[in-house]
Formats: sequence, C-alpha cells, structure tokens
Amino acid sequence: MALTRHADAVAPIRSSGPVSTWFSRHAATAFGSLVRLLRQPFASLMIILVIAVTLAIPAALNLVVHSAVAVSSGWANALDFSIYLKRGVSESEAKGLAKIIGERADVESVRLITADEALADFKKQSGFGDALDALTENPLPHTLVIRPAAANTTQSIILLQEELGNLPEAEFVQADTDWVRRFHAILDIVRRAIVIGASLLGLAIVVIIGNTIRLDIQNRREEIEVTKLIGASNGFVRRPFLWSGFWYGLTGGLLALGLVQYGLHLMAQPAARLASLYQSTASVLGLGLEESLAIIGIGVLLGLVGSWFAVARHLRRIEPR
Amino acid sequence: MIRLEDVTKRFPGGQEAISGLSFAVDKGEMVFVTGHSGAGKSTLLRLIALIERPTRGQVIVDGQNTRRVKRRRIPAYRRQIGMVFQDHRLLYDRPVADNVALPLVIAGVGRREASRRVRAALDQVGLLHKEKQNPETLSAGEQQRVGIARAIVTRPKLLIADEPTGNLDPDLSVEVMRIFRRFNEVGVTLLIASHDISLIDRMGCRRIALEEGRLVEGMQEDETWP
Repeated sequence: MALTRHADAVAPIRSSGPVSTWFSRHAATAFGSLVRLLRQPFASLMIILVIAVTLAIPAALNLVVHSAVAVSSGWANALDFSIYLKRGVSESEAKGLAKIIGERADVESVRLITADEALADFKKQSGFGDALDALTENPLPHTLVIRPAAANTTQSIILLQEELGNLPEAEFVQADTDWVRRFHAILDIVRRAIVIGASLLGLAIVVIIGNTIRLDIQNRREEIEVTKLIGASNGFVRRPFLWSGFWYGLTGGLLALGLVQYGLHLMAQPAARLASLYQSTASVLGLGLEESLAIIGIGVLLGLVGSWFAVARHLRRIEPR
Repeated sequence: MIRLEDVTKRFPGGQEAISGLSFAVDKGEMVFVTGHSGAGKSTLLRLIALIERPTRGQVIVDGQNTRRVKRRRIPAYRRQIGMVFQDHRLLYDRPVADNVALPLVIAGVGRREASRRVRAALDQVGLLHKEKQNPETLSAGEQQRVGIARAIVTRPKLLIADEPTGNLDPDLSVEVMRIFRRFNEVGVTLLIASHDISLIDRMGCRRIALEEGRLVEGMQEDETWP
C-alpha cells in the first residue's frame, strides 16, 4: 500500500477536451436521470400519463377544429347565390341572360334552372305531386344560380349580388351564406377557448412537473448537501433535475402523441364517411409531422420550465450543514 | 498553508464559537485541533471549508483570503480541499467506487482516468476489493476509509478532518491515523480535529488546543511515531 507504487494517484487531474467533456458529462447526467425514472416505473408512469393526457386533450381538440376549418373551406358552393327572374321573362331570354352573366370576370359559372325543371324537382321532393298536377300554370320562375369567381372577396360578392339584383329581369336575389359565416365565427370562439384551455393545462403540467421535481429534491437532500460539500457547483447539482424534467416532458409528449393517434384511429371510420359525404377522398382528420413535433416539443418545453422553477426555488436553499 | 488572523465567529444567538483566534499551519504539516466538544473545533474547520464565514478576522488558505471568495466561487474553492467527516457522509444509493469517484465527476474528469484514480485511492486505504459493494455493507472503519479515499482522490494539497475517528474503536482509529500519516509523508497538509488525546499523544504531532473558542496551546513538538 506504499504511496510510491501509485504514481497515477499523484499525477495532476487531467481533463479531456472541454467540448467532449461537456458533452459526455451531459450524456452521463441525462442517462443517470433516465435510469432514476425507470427505477420507479409506477410513479414515473403515473406522472407521464397525467402529462400525456393533459397534452393530448388540447391537441385533439385543436385537431378537430383544424379539420372543421379545412372541411368548411371546401364549401365554395356556400357562396353561390340565386337570382329569381320575373315571371314574364321567357326561357330563351333567361338563357341569353345566363350567357351574358357567365362571361363576366367575377363570375365563375351560371346555371339556369328553368321553371319546368324547378317544378319537376319540387314535385319529386315535396310529395305534393298530384296536387301540383292540378295547377293549370307553373307558378315558379326561372332561376339563375351564380357561382362567383374564386378571386372575389365577401365585399365584392355583395356588390355583385346588388348589381345583378338591379337587372330589369331580376325579381330578387337570395344569398344563403349567413350560416357559413356564423359557423366560422363559432369556430373562432372554439379555437380561442382551446387556446385558453391549453394554456391552463400547460400551466398544470408545469406545476405537476415542478412538484415532482421538488419532492425529488427533498428526497435527495443528503446527496445534494454532500456533493455541495465536496465542491459541486449549483449548475452541477441542478443538471440531473433539469434532465428529469426533460425526460418527463419528452415521454409525456410521446405518449400524448400516441393517445392522439389512437383517438384518430378510432375516429377514422366516421371521418371517412363524413369525407365521402363531401365527395372528398382525402382524410379529414390527420396529424402531420409538424403537429407531431409540436406536441413533443411543447411537452419537453413545459418539462424544462417546470423543473427549472422547482430547481430555482428549492436547490439554492439547500446548503451543507 | 492555513493562516488565521484574529478570527471571531459569532452565531446569530450571540454566542461566540471562536474568539480572536490566530494561528498558522505550514505546508506539509500535520496538525491536530483538540478541545472538548463545543470548544470550536468544528466551527474552525467549517470556516476553512467556507461552510461558514468569519464574523471578524481573516482566514487565509493556500494564499487565498476566504473573505474574497465569492459565493459563486465557493465550489471551486472547496474542490482544492479534501474533507473527511465524522459521519463519513457517504451516499448509500451507489457503490463504494461511485462514492469515491464523486469529486472526479464534479471536476469533469474523463471516465477512464476517473476509474484509474478511484482504484488508486481505494488501494491506498486498503479497500480496493470492496469497490463494487454498497457502503452500507461495510463496517464503520471501512466506511470512514471510503470517506478518506473520496477526500484524497483529487489529490488535494490540504486535507481537513472533523473527528475522523469519533465513531471508531482504538484499533481502527490507529489504522485511520496511519493512513493520514502516509498522506502527510507525501506532502499533504493535514488539519485534524479530534478529542482523542491518547491517540494524538501517540502521533506526536503539533497540537492546537481550543477552549471556549480560544487558543490555549499551539506548541510545536518534535514529531515522533510510535
């Protein structure tokens, strides 16, 4: 046991390069924190599950609203309006008018529904077929269904409606787009509500992770004191707890992603039916790469913020006795 | 290596743990601090380790006035000093080798280098064969030796020990002192607080005797080893 035999022990401390040291230190700490979480699988899983559910709820709601917006923006025909022509206007005059209007730059297409077609349609759909046969004269006018060009704004569509409504042949114009606007207004409110709800849930995650890390700090008080006694900096003591927050956030985010994906899987069938009703083959609901990364990223961010709060508040107070 | 100039430490309650204490320890010396419990031994070591700061006076360690060491620099300051505690202060959630490696991990020493140093340090205290065990499975004497290995693994120039043999029976105490002696022989300065007078007498080192925070004896003796 003579000291002279251990030349190693007497040599000055030699560190490897600063960058690789920094990197390997962090890697070791990160791994250590992960192992610590895995050592208490049940407790860790509970916390991760809470984080995941808290993340998944706003993410899923957001997805539904996004899809609703996407679907409703496909309702271009909602902007269509109808011009009912005066009773005296003949079918050929109506055809000519349709042609003239159809050539306008701000009109994409015009469809003529003649009075006869309209009556036939009405007979078929209303169920009053026989009663209507008793009519000696068709009471319905010819109708032009106008689809405005895509370049139109809401304002220019209103102007177009006014202009066409003032034509001598026009009886009146019917635009049934109010409900689309109402629907979009409702979506805006829902979207904002989701943002507020998501912020509150995000705060909850910060508190949950902060509290978990706080308990962890209390449990490891002796270790913190000893490491500080033998020269650990605050940064060194802080690091494993920040990594714990990172792991909670990351695993919570990944699990949230899984939950959302599973939810989407459950909704795939009704969503496909809805899509088919809108003659759309594209999937209505789907989680893109960007959204997936956002869920995970937000989880990690909240994990780090939560652990940072706990560490800033509680670590400084622990000084060796 | 250590110089105290008229140091007083008064606690918030008003009682003075150390009153106007002045002494010096040269490089390469091995010095005991003696006195009854409450005489100020622990406070003295805590001032040197910067766990406490003096109310008055200067504590100068290896040329650094501890008064000028900012809070942020305390960790770096402590890394220059090896510390041994009466209750070992080992961590029982990891094996012996990891306990000894802790100061090296803090200092950012590479893994291979660290493991070599840990083995060397454990060999010096005669516990190399127990490196994989949990400290809980070791005897009190062995745990204290692990604590010593941890204190010297960074090769500090100064080692301070607070009642390192306080919980040990006489044979183990002698063994621990023998280990300290060997470090001293290779140039480490040691300041050891102890109330075990008979053991200190056998070591034949200089003594700094405290009584109610004051120096009552600080003579230099010829060193003899039993």
